[in-house]
Amino acid sequence: MTQIARFFALLLIALSLSTHSLYAGEPELAVKLVIENHKFQPETISVPANKKVKLIIENRDTTPEEFESHSLNREKVIPGKSSVTIYVGPLKPGAYPFVGEFNQTTAKGVVVAK
Amino acid sequence: MFSTALIVFREVLEASLIIGLVAAATRGMPGRGRWLGGGVLLGLLGSAAVALSMEQIARLADGIGQELLNACILGVAVLMLVWHNIWMSTHGQTLAADARIIAGDIRDGRRALSMLLIVVAVAVLREGAESVLFLYGVALSGSSSVGEMVMGALLGIGGGAAVGVTLYLGLLRIPLRLFFTVTSLLVLLLAAGMAAQAARFLVQADLIPPLASPLWDVSSVLPNQSALGTVLHGLIGYDASPSGIQVVFYIAVIVAITAGVKWAKHSTSTTKTTATLAAQHTS
Repeated sequence: MTQIARFFALLLIALSLSTHSLYAGEPELAVKLVIENHKFQPETISVPANKKVKLIIENRDTTPEEFESHSLNREKVIPGKSSVTIYVGPLKPGAYPFVGEFNQTTAKGVVVAK
Repeated sequence: MFSTALIVFREVLEASLIIGLVAAATRGMPGRGRWLGGGVLLGLLGSAAVALSMEQIARLADGIGQELLNACILGVAVLMLVWHNIWMSTHGQTLAADARIIAGDIRDGRRALSMLLIVVAVAVLREGAESVLFLYGVALSGSSSVGEMVMGALLGIGGGAAVGVTLYLGLLRIPLRLFFTVTSLLVLLLAAGMAAQAARFLVQADLIPPLASPLWDVSSVLPNQSALGTVLHGLIGYDASPSGIQVVFYIAVIVAITAGVKWAKHSTSTTKTTATLAAQHTS
């Protein structure tokens, strides 16, 4: 038992040392989109390829929505009447569809990286 | 109704698979039903709390509160699973074989179960909170009647639970001599998958670099959203297009558990050898 506890202590120390890296984000590019009546506006977002992009999504509906994209590998709940930030990329050139999972029939969009 | 059922099913599925695996892995431990049930209950209470305070959580830490919360609770679950896997490596064999616990191990066994209670609670909490928010949205938008919504939710929960039960029963059919190896391996991969998910949230919040995004992309072969992809995601953290750091986290957990198991086995055997030598010396 004590060996396992000691092992954990060492593991935690190693983990905190390794994650305490000097990672600093590059200057960021922000793109805004809005959810209104369960639709994204704009539905197509153009972003530069190979650059990290900050998506700021404002949900103007009273109902919560979940931004989900398998190709972007992102998911995040956006409560009603609020705004959230999602970082994506750097992306290779291409089209990356996303949906609002809670209203998939109307809430659709695509990120195009050029 | 069916669209409601489908979304709830997808949320419940992941938690259900985890509970099915944990239930199988704790086979033969006394009082495990109470512990696992307690985990589900705690998770449900937690989901309600998280769903209610989602606006505040989303606003926290410049809009990355959700990612921090998800990464933290996943991190806790990973630690519990790592500990459990190492503990099981020295105790599991006897448990599975005797289907009962030796007196001296009861305290340890209780601790192992309390760790798994947290894992179950975390699984239910994460998926439950999203279901609650989704159903709240459906109720608020008035797009379907209350009856339809409740039916859809129940159908989704029932379907998700059925998959977990199937996994549990399937695992129990594994011959005893392989049972411990298989469940340990699955628990190890579950822990690794959860760590990779935590990494994904930290990348999404821009707290750690993705290293490569993605490192590979096999979504044309086995997409995440396919039935098999979803099940594998829930069980072993399958991701069709992971970032480099996710793979790093995944491998790190596997290495940590493997090293921990070796260490635990080694130290148990040295303790025994020392005791034997001491006994010989005195006689």
